[in-house]
Amino acid sequence: MAAGTHEVEHHTSLGVDNRKLLMWIFLASECLFFGTLISTYLIFKGQSLVGPFPEDVLDIPLTSLSTFVLLMSSLTMVLAVYGAQHGRLGMMKAMLLATILLGLVFLGFQVYEFRHFGHLGLNLTTNQFGASFFVATGFHGLHVGVGVLYLISLLFGSMRRNGLGSERALWVDTAGLYWHFVDIVWIVIFTVVYLIPH
Amino acid sequence: MGRSGPGRIIAIVVALLITAAISALLWLWFYDSAFLGVDAMSTFEPASENAQRVQDIYILIFWLAGAVFVGVLALTLIFSFMYREKPGAEALQLHGNSRLEVLWTFIPVIIVVVMAVPTFDLIVDIEGEAPEDALEVIATGHQWWFEFEIPELGVVTANELHLPVDRPVNITLHSVDVIHSFWVPRLMGKKDMVPGHANEMWFTPTEVGEFRGQCAEFCGLSHANMRFRVFVQSESDFQAWAAAQAADAATSEDEAIVAGAEQFTQSGCIGCHVVRGNPLAAGQVGPDLTHVGSRATIASATLPNTTEDLAAWLRNPPAVKPGSLMPNLNLNEEQIDRLVTYLESLE
Amino acid sequence: MATAVGTAGHVEERSGIWTWLTTVDHKKIAALYGVTGFTFFLIGGIEALMVRTQLAVPEGSVIDADLYNQLFSTHALTMIFLAIMPLGVAFFNYFIPLQIGARDVAFPRLNALSYWVFLAGGVILTGSFFMGGAPDGGWFGYAPLSDRAYSVGSNMDFYVVSLLILGVSSLMGSLNFAVTIINMRAPGMTMMRLPVYMWMTLVVAFLLILSLPVLTVGLIQLYFDRNFGTNFFTPETGGDPILWQHIFWIFGHPEVYVLILPSMGIISEVLPVMSRKPLFGYAAIVFAGAAIGVLGFGVWSHHMFTTGLGTVPQVVFSASTMAIGIPTGIKIFNWLGTMYGGNIRFNTAMYFAVSFIVLFTIGGISGVMHASPPVDTQHQDSYFVVAHLHYVLFGGAIMGIFSGIFYWFPKITGRFLDEAWGKVSFWLIFIGMNMTFFPMHFLGVSGMPRRIYTYESGLGWDTWNLVATIGAYTLAFGVLVFVINFFKTMRQPATAPADPWGGATLEWATTSPPPEHNFDVVPEVRDRDPLWYNRDHNIAPPETPEHLHIHLPPPSYFPLVVAMGVALVGVGLLAHLALAFVGAAVVVYGIWGWALEPTS
Repeated sequence: MAAGTHEVEHHTSLGVDNRKLLMWIFLASECLFFGTLISTYLIFKGQSLVGPFPEDVLDIPLTSLSTFVLLMSSLTMVLAVYGAQHGRLGMMKAMLLATILLGLVFLGFQVYEFRHFGHLGLNLTTNQFGASFFVATGFHGLHVGVGVLYLISLLFGSMRRNGLGSERALWVDTAGLYWHFVDIVWIVIFTVVYLIPH
Repeated sequence: MGRSGPGRIIAIVVALLITAAISALLWLWFYDSAFLGVDAMSTFEPASENAQRVQDIYILIFWLAGAVFVGVLALTLIFSFMYREKPGAEALQLHGNSRLEVLWTFIPVIIVVVMAVPTFDLIVDIEGEAPEDALEVIATGHQWWFEFEIPELGVVTANELHLPVDRPVNITLHSVDVIHSFWVPRLMGKKDMVPGHANEMWFTPTEVGEFRGQCAEFCGLSHANMRFRVFVQSESDFQAWAAAQAADAATSEDEAIVAGAEQFTQSGCIGCHVVRGNPLAAGQVGPDLTHVGSRATIASATLPNTTEDLAAWLRNPPAVKPGSLMPNLNLNEEQIDRLVTYLESLE
Repeated sequence: MATAVGTAGHVEERSGIWTWLTTVDHKKIAALYGVTGFTFFLIGGIEALMVRTQLAVPEGSVIDADLYNQLFSTHALTMIFLAIMPLGVAFFNYFIPLQIGARDVAFPRLNALSYWVFLAGGVILTGSFFMGGAPDGGWFGYAPLSDRAYSVGSNMDFYVVSLLILGVSSLMGSLNFAVTIINMRAPGMTMMRLPVYMWMTLVVAFLLILSLPVLTVGLIQLYFDRNFGTNFFTPETGGDPILWQHIFWIFGHPEVYVLILPSMGIISEVLPVMSRKPLFGYAAIVFAGAAIGVLGFGVWSHHMFTTGLGTVPQVVFSASTMAIGIPTGIKIFNWLGTMYGGNIRFNTAMYFAVSFIVLFTIGGISGVMHASPPVDTQHQDSYFVVAHLHYVLFGGAIMGIFSGIFYWFPKITGRFLDEAWGKVSFWLIFIGMNMTFFPMHFLGVSGMPRRIYTYESGLGWDTWNLVATIGAYTLAFGVLVFVINFFKTMRQPATAPADPWGGATLEWATTSPPPEHNFDVVPEVRDRDPLWYNRDHNIAPPETPEHLHIHLPPPSYFPLVVAMGVALVGVGLLAHLALAFVGAAVVVYGIWGWALEPTS
């Protein structure tokens, strides 16, 4: 077991790296997390006793724009992974940065939306819509925020001398899985919360 | 492998004897608790049609389960005795037996089907609508007492419900605070009183008598003290009771009672309790006391309705029922005597 | 013996406590889990004894209603989350790598983090007794009783926060175990050659991975209701208390299988080895375990038959609940088949394993009884259910854990627990538990409700309550005998051979206790019972090379830092939110340091 240790260390039964497998299984768990939040929203749909009701506050054109921003961030994420996999470090860094910025723009939209709803008289305690809406979208926003931190750490890492090292592609790819997942969750929330009632 | 010849037979016989002894002992104890013991809260002494049907299924499943238990216990003991290690013995090297495994997959399948068919049949009946002529009762759970209302007869009472025998009753279950559960084991299985949901249960009492009930869903500090009684009466007794309960409170010229009524106002009792016929006593928080003197028990059926216990309750309610919403009013003995006299007059 | 030569600088001996605080070795972490879990088991046992003392006679006056409610709630939380689960995790930790032929779990530092976060959650939950009052709304925390309006103190905040923290720990542990079992098996160990114990571990990991997030959301909503004025579960403003029950039991029922499947796995190891023959119907047992896991997600509403579900849900959940009895029955028959024709060594491990079969059967069949909703209306929230669940969790889970302790003790410590003392403790525990829990069936059919701190005399409950209390003390005495046995044994020299029982699985191929790197050479697996295959085919164990150069992950203190951050977040949620943000910052710092720390 002398010199060959390293190959053994990296041998996995499925041929998938442990970290990537971890992310996949973790995302399965996250499905149930958001599934429960969205189910709660659906259960309370129409159960609010006082307004503002969804149709009073939701602004579909505006949120469509922020949804578009988040979708674009998935595209830049794909390009970052492509850059990492093909050794095009400049492209990788630029696309990571673009993804981070798009994520921040999305969060900006969300902060604006939350404040705007507050001005319209909707907050956590107003009614069932307020409670389930803010908790569901708030925890999604928290996930986007964590994703932004995750990507920032990769970007900083890639600035270092050997830029994320030999496992660069794996790191970026795994972060991409998370990022796309958070995007997909938003598509579901956007559909369920914003589009279906109208 | 294992023992052979006489050793094997002895092992089997001893194992079966132990199995028989354990099973018989458990059965006797069970039978004693279920059928021979105190029947106040027994789930095995049904006194309504629906409770009887529940019990029929219970007994069917009980025997199926008992057979499985006896079989598993017997086999475990037989194998333990027969295959205890012996010098020179060799274990049988087998990995399984498809035919046997298929067979014992079917044993639980058959048991489950035998259970499921009558179960589903009964669910449809008891979860369905009550018969048209059912007496409508509204039961409301409070921390920690029960309020009963029979709207068609104008009756409102607390912790003691009277019902006519052989007539279906449909009880609508409410709660004003946390979740409680309405359970009179001899009359019917329990159903929860959930705030914001109106549950219903129905049954037809078939036996005249006094039946105990108790809240079965943990509801806070005095969950253990949230008890009640159901009195099943002949139709005429029930009608007499209902007429008396529907009337306004008894009034009296008796000096002691008048003094008690004044005390009732002065001590603030009127702020929480209704005494119909006394316009001052209109509080909705506590139990209706219009006919409290006619009840068999007080304090959620935790104390008998005697002069001493009524006085003990008034002296310090939270000592009887921890957490009680009725506070210790720091009454002196004289005040307590007056109140007791008044309350006992409210028959 | 060859020693592991770590990469430079990482084998220097650090003294005592620091080693334990920074360890990432799965065996050391297992020991931490085991000792902590057993300590909480004793604490939970003391809580149970206080409950039983109060109930020994009618109108008992040993403790008051308030303390009683805290004790029964905390007894359940302690036994479930702080005793049975971590004791299970202790075995997972120790034996996953050893049984699948790996050097460690997939993520050693994450493993350490799971432990420290678990410890934080356990300390917060137990410490609540000294910080204003422990949770007093039951382990199920039904709203609206658990909402601020009816629970003014911080009792139920401790419930929410400690369960959130323990959930984080369990989720990380489960992810780690799932990845390890799926991805780090020794060459030749296909999924259908996995030891049954590993299969059960994998099912448990996925049950937790998929059910914990549901509870997490429920706890967050309850926390918001209690602290931020939302109304998820309060009916006055459109909320729904029944929603909490659905959320809780979608987690809560898989959780029951999380508690029992590990012990099913343990006895599936002990029975064949002590019977000296292969497990009967391996595939059936594996598929039955997986089926129980899958069906376990479809039966939650059977905890809610009395809430007024209506006809159709009652029928559906009754059917699914009865169906889960089928794979369970298959398992019991296969265990009996394993004993059939054996040459059975009856040591203490086997005593516990065999008692599991019978005791679990009792819990199983009483469970099938209340799968019938009409019957359940007479059982629900009565002592019949208390009897049922203790036959599953004590007669099943705990008896299995004791079996595992006696079975694997020589592997873990190199010492044999004393057999004579062991059998005394077995009989005391066995008789004590039956004396405690069987009479509860009788109390249940006599109509005694659960969770009552006092009861009236003359209802037929007096005798059996007294018997149950005497049984509880007998049981506690048996546990005490075990503890004495443990300390007595630990003073003996470590002399156990590598394979004292003639075991079939890989953990018996290495020394007792195993070296830090587990195996000098990772064995190749050719059969479901690899060691027996090698024995029967005269395959010699692989030769140990002269010089081993095995890379082991270095110790790290970052898991401890992150766990402290998590604990601080928890304390912040209880005390002041600003503190929670400080905690979050500590977590971020810890993860940052963790990411930059060299691992080789």
